[in-house]
Amino acid sequence: MSLNNEIIQEKLIAKFGDQVGQFAISYGMLSFEAPKEMNLKVLQFLYDEPGLEFTFLTDICAVNYPDQKGAELVVVYHLHNLKENVRVRFSVSTSLDNTDVFTATKLFESANWMERETYDFFGINFVGHPNLKRILNVDEMDYFPLRKEFPLEDQTRIDKDDEMFGRG
Amino acid sequence: MEHNHITLPEGSIEKTTTTLNIGPTHPATHGVFQNIMEVDGERIVSSDQTVGYIHRAFEKLAERRPLYQITPITDRLNYCSSPINNMGWHITCERFLNIETPKRVDYLRVIIMELARISDHLICNSIVGVDTGAYTGFLYVMQYRELIYEIYEEICGSRLTTNIGRIGGFERNFSNTAFTKLEKFLNEYPKVLKEFENLFTRNRIFMERTQGTGGISAERAMNYGFTGPNLRAAGVDYDVRVHQPYSSYQDFNFTVPVGTTGDNYDRFLVRNAEMWESISIIKQAYEKVQAFKGTDAEVYHADVPEYYLPKKEDVYTKMEALIWHFKIIMGEIDLPKGQIYSPVEGGNGELGFYLISDGGRTPFRLHFRRPCFIYYQAYPELIKGGMLSDAVVTMSSLNLIAGELDA
Repeated sequence: MSLNNEIIQEKLIAKFGDQVGQFAISYGMLSFEAPKEMNLKVLQFLYDEPGLEFTFLTDICAVNYPDQKGAELVVVYHLHNLKENVRVRFSVSTSLDNTDVFTATKLFESANWMERETYDFFGINFVGHPNLKRILNVDEMDYFPLRKEFPLEDQTRIDKDDEMFGRG
Repeated sequence: MEHNHITLPEGSIEKTTTTLNIGPTHPATHGVFQNIMEVDGERIVSSDQTVGYIHRAFEKLAERRPLYQITPITDRLNYCSSPINNMGWHITCERFLNIETPKRVDYLRVIIMELARISDHLICNSIVGVDTGAYTGFLYVMQYRELIYEIYEEICGSRLTTNIGRIGGFERNFSNTAFTKLEKFLNEYPKVLKEFENLFTRNRIFMERTQGTGGISAERAMNYGFTGPNLRAAGVDYDVRVHQPYSSYQDFNFTVPVGTTGDNYDRFLVRNAEMWESISIIKQAYEKVQAFKGTDAEVYHADVPEYYLPKKEDVYTKMEALIWHFKIIMGEIDLPKGQIYSPVEGGNGELGFYLISDGGRTPFRLHFRRPCFIYYQAYPELIKGGMLSDAVVTMSSLNLIAGELDA
């Protein structure tokens, strides 16, 4: 029997009840959320459960939604079942005050650098990570640059002197 | 007399191993990244890597750019096969915006992407040769990379960072010169590749240098997130072109070459075999392109006025074209809300674009899944206990591209 989004959703609900939620399908990929304390349990279940076997971690990244109070940071996992060729997107959210999220490095070696990158740019503190330090930015950096509180220069600003740029 | 000693770190005298830096700029790294190796004689005890020397904050930059301005950013990821990155980004946008591209566009894209794959693998494999002491192959195949770059030049005007194509298609139709050069490539390159293989594949010295070094099992490779030729060399037949076809790859006949041991030799063989497959795909695509007749043979983009720039003469003479031109250039097109993860098979593996839009004019968040970044972390495991000179070959056979590592 081939695996599809309905089966994944059913199995997750059967196992975790209403702790997993926000099921949605966009462009053919099932996405769902869980409380951040549950992230390892869900990942382990997806990994081990016969028939699911999401043993390939495609990607980890984070997103900053400044308007979602108490859930400003979202960690997104993309998982892939290579046998059945099905992907899922799983996310957990965390507040800015307490950015602890359990590390997935015990399950996936590949999570090591992906989590370091996520820490580097968003400041997610992956609890239990063997070597959680900055990877692409300099070690001395004391902020997390991909958060939305650091806007790039506004393109519409008018206080710039055009003469400085050879126009005008 | 008082001696002025240099203060050494604690334990330096008693230590029996040597710390050796390869990189950040070193001929063996072929890019800007650092390997700190702890060696006992010539044997590697442990190692660590430092990356990020050319980090350019592409993900942050992308949050301020309309979609078409992100294409030049993708050039600078894996710059050995920029067109794949460009097409990958266009395909992501098209999937996200539900744009259907004409078949001819798909086939032209396949030609370009496979040429890029050949130029990527060609560099990687010939550099493996250079690092094992065989320079001839490298110089020899370089002519054909030049020819591939000339084909790019005919199509988009540039060679390395190509910015090739647009959302919905290509900026212009392929010229006759481009097709002539493509024919020249298809005629000449197979013989050269054969000769290249003759130089290396059964070469005793090359085999002994590469066999059994830098190997990884299929399970470990998957756990480490390997994709592309490196994963296939370990025996897993995962290829995005087959598993999630894009740009009409389902219309082509090709095999996915796999290895068994995942060592440097298998990676070399897989890349070579993939080049043969690429040649065959280009031939098929070229035949399909030639089969279009009449007005169909003039199609080179989809009809998407919101994203595809109108013709310049129309901009000067037609009001609607002028409006679209203005709106596109100024980035005033609002995107739909939603998120998409869209992968393509890059030169090194699964290149993924994770695009989140909140309905604004630029992505709310764009994340690049860079295959290089993910599999480079396995490097210490691959080289541990081996010889230093093998580690150099392993590094080049992994095809690490600093631009892709650092984004």
